[in-house]
Amino acid sequence: MNEAADPPKMVKRHRLSTRLWHWINVISVAIMLMSGLMIFNAHPRLYWGQYGANPDKAWLELPDFPGWITIPSYYSPADARVWHLAFAWVLGTAIAAYLVWSLVNGHLKRDLLPKLVELSPKHLWQDIKDHAALRFPTGEAALAYNILQKLAYGGVLVVLLPGIILTGLAMSPGVDAAWHWLPEMFGGRQSARSIHFLCAAGLVAFFVIHIAMVVLAGPINEVRSMITGWYRLPQPKAERSKDHD
Amino acid sequence: MTDLLSRRRLLSAGALSAGSLLLAGCDKLSKAGAFRDAMEGVGNLHFGAQRALMGDALAREFSEADMSPNFRANGSRTGAANADWASHAASNFAQWKLKVDGLVLRPLDLSLDALKALPQRTQITRHDCVEGWSAIGKWQGPQLSSLLGMASLLPSARFLVFHCADLYEGKPYYESLDLIEAHHAQTILAWQMNGQNLSVDHGAPIRLRSERQLGYKQAKYVMRIEARSTLAGLYGGKGGFWEDSRGYQWWAGI
Repeated sequence: MNEAADPPKMVKRHRLSTRLWHWINVISVAIMLMSGLMIFNAHPRLYWGQYGANPDKAWLELPDFPGWITIPSYYSPADARVWHLAFAWVLGTAIAAYLVWSLVNGHLKRDLLPKLVELSPKHLWQDIKDHAALRFPTGEAALAYNILQKLAYGGVLVVLLPGIILTGLAMSPGVDAAWHWLPEMFGGRQSARSIHFLCAAGLVAFFVIHIAMVVLAGPINEVRSMITGWYRLPQPKAERSKDHD
Repeated sequence: MTDLLSRRRLLSAGALSAGSLLLAGCDKLSKAGAFRDAMEGVGNLHFGAQRALMGDALAREFSEADMSPNFRANGSRTGAANADWASHAASNFAQWKLKVDGLVLRPLDLSLDALKALPQRTQITRHDCVEGWSAIGKWQGPQLSSLLGMASLLPSARFLVFHCADLYEGKPYYESLDLIEAHHAQTILAWQMNGQNLSVDHGAPIRLRSERQLGYKQAKYVMRIEARSTLAGLYGGKGGFWEDSRGYQWWAGI
């Protein structure tokens, strides 16, 4: 009723570790993806198992990725490897530190771990319907992650990024000599390479949905909250939507 | 409406030019310079980390059932550009001799029969090309460490350079190992592959196997092994053909 008269409520939403990690990832994931596509261009075929080369059966064969989406833009797997092998340390160190810190400060358990009740099909379906109808929570409810957010962010943090790092390491003959179990965990080096690529595709899918949701939820408020931490609580629109009903 | 359209056009034009600027920037940073040096420096951490991690661990060895049905040949397919190699190939390498020289006490000239008479190691290993593909094959030959024992390295020796008969893009192929990798149990001079004499396209008469590294280290058509104190002053100075010509890492464990 009288919300309109109240000044918008600002809350501290994202802690420093989250904001820092977010922007380090923006840079390092973009570089890893684009240099990775150039390395992939050297042999754009994927296999399952321990071995796989031109005479063997590929499960996926793609045309070369174009220069506007690769680093460097000209054909050079060697230069791409310089980027990829350097920024792998940035990506890996950042997520390791963030995971440890998020365990210590309780972020993982408090904000990202789904509650049992949230995982019920009924709750999940309701959340999917709300997202599809672009009904976003308002007020205090907008502060907690909903179940689809938890699954998306948690999936990136504990599945896609660790998965892409471990499969990346499993492609290294040096690491494999030390850790025979690592490529074995994924079913062999070529399976690891395939999963590496699939994780990258998963991160691209996350990126597309993430950007769409940020735009729909109010890009200025969302981006500000990820830079300064301050987030303006969205106002309920109950009255307005009633008019239309 | 037109306002919205032009704004959208402006925004997308802005995004496009920002994107191409970024890409051009990345291309520039890829070239020689302080930023590339920094990236290579960080990338080199893989070398130290892997050495600490693996000690003298062996690369995984597979069973015959795991072998690639068709082991792809890559890189040079012949050493014929080298007249010496070509004349030996014509007589099945019966008179061919491997030279071991440089910083050694006793330089060696070893025939193929002499290499076959040394204690042999057989290993079924996975060959990983820097391009991304893998093939599993069986290799047999004497350990490099046996030869180094016979020749006796001088204290100043730090690297072993493998001089090859093949030319790639008109330049002599070569590769190098440090003493740790040279003495590794799986580092052998393979004269046999998959139970047969090494074929010409796979590097006859002998090919280096350094199983904890990528394919470009597995030098084919090896004619001479030279012990050196440094890689500087030899060809491009980076210790190998691909290292010199494209900037691939000298440590090829990743």
